[in-house]
Amino acid sequence: MFLFLIAAGLSLIFGVLRVLNFAHGTFYMLGAYATFQLVQWLGVSGGRFWLTALGGALAIAALGGLVEWFLFRRLYGKDELYQLLFTYALALILGDTAKMLWGTQQKSVSRPPELTSAFHLFGATIPTYNLFIILLGPAIALTFWLVLQRTRVGRFIRAAALDRETLGALGINVDALYTGVFVLASFLGGLGGALISPMRAITPGMDTEVIVEAFVVVVIGGLGSFWGTFLGALIYGQVLSFGILFFPRFSIFAVFALMAAVLMVRPWGLLGRPLK
Amino acid sequence: MASARSYTVKRFPWPLLVLLAALFVPALGSRFYTFLANDIIIWALFATSLNLLVGYTGLVSFGHAAYFGIGAYTTGILMKRAALPFLLAFPAAAVLAGAFALVFGTFCVRLTRIYFAMLTLAFAQIVWAICFKWNEVTGGEQGMPEVPYPDLAWMGSLPVLRDLRTSDHFYLLTVLLVALCLWILHRIVRSPFGRMLTTIRENAERAEFIGVHVRRYELAAFVLAGAFAGLAGGLFGIFNRGVFPDFAYWTKSSEVLIMTLLGGMGTFWGPSVGALALILLNQQIVSYTEYWPFVLGIILVVLLFGFPGGLAGAAELLGRRLSRPRRA
Repeated sequence: MFLFLIAAGLSLIFGVLRVLNFAHGTFYMLGAYATFQLVQWLGVSGGRFWLTALGGALAIAALGGLVEWFLFRRLYGKDELYQLLFTYALALILGDTAKMLWGTQQKSVSRPPELTSAFHLFGATIPTYNLFIILLGPAIALTFWLVLQRTRVGRFIRAAALDRETLGALGINVDALYTGVFVLASFLGGLGGALISPMRAITPGMDTEVIVEAFVVVVIGGLGSFWGTFLGALIYGQVLSFGILFFPRFSIFAVFALMAAVLMVRPWGLLGRPLK
Repeated sequence: MASARSYTVKRFPWPLLVLLAALFVPALGSRFYTFLANDIIIWALFATSLNLLVGYTGLVSFGHAAYFGIGAYTTGILMKRAALPFLLAFPAAAVLAGAFALVFGTFCVRLTRIYFAMLTLAFAQIVWAICFKWNEVTGGEQGMPEVPYPDLAWMGSLPVLRDLRTSDHFYLLTVLLVALCLWILHRIVRSPFGRMLTTIRENAERAEFIGVHVRRYELAAFVLAGAFAGLAGGLFGIFNRGVFPDFAYWTKSSEVLIMTLLGGMGTFWGPSVGALALILLNQQIVSYTEYWPFVLGIILVVLLFGFPGGLAGAAELLGRRLSRPRRA
């Protein structure tokens, strides 16, 4: 479900800014590292984990804002190739910076004490933390969907996705809106990393791995489509786990084949809308 | 604009000069220089093949490494497992990579812009996944080490080349083959077919209006680019003494894209210059710091904001600046 968080950010940026953000996986990784660092300083007990996770995600959101403000906005309206390569360059720079700061050793964060227990379901043992993540995903999805649908800012964001110029002509500060969207998307990526940190080891290289996965998810569901991303994350998970069950060696292959098949039939994704 | 300058540049046989210089690299006697030159030359072919798509036809492929990988595995498997001679195994790389490009390309050229890039990436990842998991044929995750050198005994029997190592002989073969490929690619770009590709890049709609079957041209460019990438891959597998799944991984695709951009898209020699610059730079920087990706990222940002035309574009700009006072 955490994959959904990351993919939602990727999809949001594409939907509004029309850019595929390769650095999004790096934001996810940095979110995990930032949380690790904060946990080193503060510890995880007494509800502090939630503070550190939020702090990590906010730090990444701030980073995203800076990047958009100083660099990224110069590339709007340029060739997609330049935008793509810029985000790739960003991923390289930030990924290596993380390596400089935290080294190549694996890092790990202990689970918050409130959720270290586990319970049994159909004979399987599930850590409470994992269940919490499974429930948190849809909750965040619903929150964001409500924000996009019901609030004024949400309306502006949806309008910007459709027609940037008209929105600007109507007196909306589109530049600030774009920065806001980038910050929000970076926040989602960072939060994904922060929340995954107690479940998985934090390593350099987790960024390139996750970006491909998130990419597959949004392509299947539909770039820029909110529920599409949700659906894409579900399908991705199912194909991967059932693939492992039935054809253990070709599950990755099945995922990419599905992505290619979707692109061939409906390039804008299952629930997406074609670009003008 | 800079017609006088480009005339002198064109009249001077630069490519021949570079070819001659390249042939003399083993004479320096350094195993390292030959290795470096070999690396550069193969990447130059790979980047030039991509340029046919990105630079000339305006199709941004993000999965060009797939055909590089297919070519490498084809030549590698045929030479190691089937013990076929290089003379058969090498063209087979182009045939198979071209065939895959034909199948994948048929679907890709139906899409436009960003969707095209995404589908090429998806296909490349499929190729990578197969190479990664199909242990029986590709060696899976471990790859396929110890691809043999082609039999170049005839070179050793020539008087001048007798004292050279096998790797030097292979290097000379690479130089000649890549020169041949680049010559063919140059002919393609300058042919009416190549001109039509540029027309499609500039305005696909207008090209359609004047009766060009745009998709068919794009597909042809896709197949050609794939086939030449396959040849580059075939050479690289032997040069690298092994073929590994990461040959087809998406980071390789972005690497070759960066080379093309660094040298200058849409100029014929740009990608080769880009390959030269990037590999030399890599060699220099890796000896100082382990953070090569960081430096590469910075270079890329500077390039994107400062010199979108790449090195070739920057050189042209400089040339124009220099030639202006003379004309005034």
